[in-house]
Amino acid sequence: MTQQTLQQPPPEAPQAPRGREARGARKPRTRSPYPMWFYLPAAIIYGVLFVAPTFASFYFSLTRWTIFDSEFIGLENFVTFFSEPYLFDSLVNTLMFAVITSGLKVVLGLLFAVFLTSQIKARGYLRSVVFFPVLVSTVGVGVTFSVLMDPFDGLINKVLAVVGVDEIGWLTDPNLALFSVAFVDVWRGLGLATLIYIAGVVAIPQEYFEAAKVDGANAFKQFWHVTLPLMRPATTTVIILSLIGGLRSFDLIWTMTKGGPGFSSDVLASVVYKQYQAGFYGLSTAGNVVLFLVVAAIIIPLFWLLNRKEVDR
Amino acid sequence: MPFTHRRRAFALPALIAVSALGLAACSSGSTPDESTSSGGETTDAMEPVELSFLVDNNETSVGVVTALTDAYTAAHPNVTFAIEERPGGGEGDNIVKTRLQTGEMTDLFFYNSGSLFQALAPTRTLLPIDDIANAGAIQDTFKAGVSADGTLYGVPAGTAMGGGVMYNIPLYEELGLDVPTSWDDFMANNQAILDSGKAAPVIQTFKDTWTSQLFVLGDFANVLAADSEWANKYTANEVKYADGAPAIDGFVHQQEVFEAGYLNKDFASATFVDGVRMVAQGEGAHYPMLSFALAEVIANSPDNVGDVGFFALPGDSADSPLTTWLAAGIYAPADTEHADVVKDFMSYVATPEACDVQTAAVGAQGPYFVDGCTLPDDVPQMVADMLPYFEANNTQPALEFLSPIKGPALEQITVEVGSGIRSAEDGAALYDEDVKKQAQQLGLEGW
Repeated sequence: MTQQTLQQPPPEAPQAPRGREARGARKPRTRSPYPMWFYLPAAIIYGVLFVAPTFASFYFSLTRWTIFDSEFIGLENFVTFFSEPYLFDSLVNTLMFAVITSGLKVVLGLLFAVFLTSQIKARGYLRSVVFFPVLVSTVGVGVTFSVLMDPFDGLINKVLAVVGVDEIGWLTDPNLALFSVAFVDVWRGLGLATLIYIAGVVAIPQEYFEAAKVDGANAFKQFWHVTLPLMRPATTTVIILSLIGGLRSFDLIWTMTKGGPGFSSDVLASVVYKQYQAGFYGLSTAGNVVLFLVVAAIIIPLFWLLNRKEVDR
Repeated sequence: MPFTHRRRAFALPALIAVSALGLAACSSGSTPDESTSSGGETTDAMEPVELSFLVDNNETSVGVVTALTDAYTAAHPNVTFAIEERPGGGEGDNIVKTRLQTGEMTDLFFYNSGSLFQALAPTRTLLPIDDIANAGAIQDTFKAGVSADGTLYGVPAGTAMGGGVMYNIPLYEELGLDVPTSWDDFMANNQAILDSGKAAPVIQTFKDTWTSQLFVLGDFANVLAADSEWANKYTANEVKYADGAPAIDGFVHQQEVFEAGYLNKDFASATFVDGVRMVAQGEGAHYPMLSFALAEVIANSPDNVGDVGFFALPGDSADSPLTTWLAAGIYAPADTEHADVVKDFMSYVATPEACDVQTAAVGAQGPYFVDGCTLPDDVPQMVADMLPYFEANNTQPALEFLSPIKGPALEQITVEVGSGIRSAEDGAALYDEDVKKQAQQLGLEGW
């Protein structure tokens, strides 16, 4: 539908406004050649599939809901959500997971991009290798890594055993599970961050580097004073995308640990899912609203901050 | 103005396409209702009917359902079944609830009785089957677990189960140990096994989190033995697990076993299948489990069926009773298109003949809930160990058949208690909080 609307402009379209402009020159603004009701199809779809459920969920988060009927209970679901220790811990875990994965993707993605845009052998091949994990299904990645990370039969610990490292419970040690999953998430998402950064690096005009070279800057100084500042737009994109992804992550955590052992790698999304499984639809919806607000509360100011600096520069 | 015309010409198909989308959504939503009204007419004629059947992917459940449906098709060649498997545990609960509530449920499905059955809102979603021919043959104990507001909704599939401890008999014989009837005896046996270095004294398999609950759930007969009114008080919010003995003992015992170092070293990453293999082949001595694990022994360690025995989870007093589970039920959604055939099949399930079919398929696993059903003389060792509890009336139902409240997070909490992440007291208190949500969701008095 959207595509149709986009492709729609008939050949005469550009001429029409010009003609109108010529005739009625007093009108300060050109009217759009398209009537407003062209927006209607998109508005209906957006309204029915997105706006209505979103607002309905705000209401249902205030109820005790059993699909058939709902009883209004005010903010009780939110009180439950924040008073139960493991529900609250999931909030902390979510933030930790998002910050760790996003931070690593920024740092490693930048380094990989600089490396993969330099004059090295097999550059095209290496770029594909780095990007490849993005193409694999997340569930497949999760299952594969949970096999690799098995404390006794997993390849990772078998390799480590050769070097004399004791068995590590990557996914079974409550202090480690969340970090193991975060590591896999970085492995999986790094390709996309690198790709965005490569586009950023390639877009930097060579003149800057040449000028820097003439001024006697070495490779590190070129990176620090030329590449890094000019990569701000790419960095903004990577931070925003990976942070949103990290805050909402569910599939990888669910396939690898199901939030366990116990509740130690539970994040908001997995808690919401579990409450839903248990039939606590109201509480589950309240969790979704919390997730929505957390994502909005972090991303909107961040977006504003990062973009403002971009303009200042 | 050719320009305006073309604009309209373009927008109109778009609008039509959108409204068609809306219509499509409506029509698919209303299909079940239409089909219900016309349901039942197909049965009288001997037209071929295919019934869809949803069952969890557990070895026993699939075996029982396959055997029953095959036998029914043999007698009624016009009725065939399409069996669909689903995961067990919370994931399976979710599938069953969602499909029932969206009208997408199969014609027949296999599901727990007791509190999980009550959580399906049976009066609204399930087909009442009071009028099936053999309803009278189903024992009242079972009927209580699959009825809501006095209406019957399910027939028993499988047998009664016990929640206790599977143990390796050759190991017991080798070390000269006796079957423990109290917790202290059990711990003494564990110490002897640990000292011998032959096997892990207690097997736990936390990769399948549900298996961690047995210390708490299987201990309930001991709770009832100490306080026969506990379940009612619990439903009325008068007692809590965290109040202390006897209810908290299950949590405490689980913590003791971990702290004494009795667990298999891969307890955190082992699965249910691993656990059954370990106890059957003597890699571990005890595995707290439901007796339906027998089917798993038969399937994967057929040579060791005679090596696995069973006893009730010991409590603090001697001669601990066995905690028992009702059989699962076979139910039908209220909107099935083939209500008459479905009821005829369910009626067949409640016959001694159907019991024999199940015994032939998955072995005798315990007493049946249908009048006239018998067990063969040579039952597997685990069942032979379990029957005396039933004969001596030394059994108590599990909590989920006496109270509708079961918190969804118990399996995570018991994983934590069982692997030393959380203390028994904290775990019990946390579970009491978890349960509160369930009670409120069910709209119980006093919460």
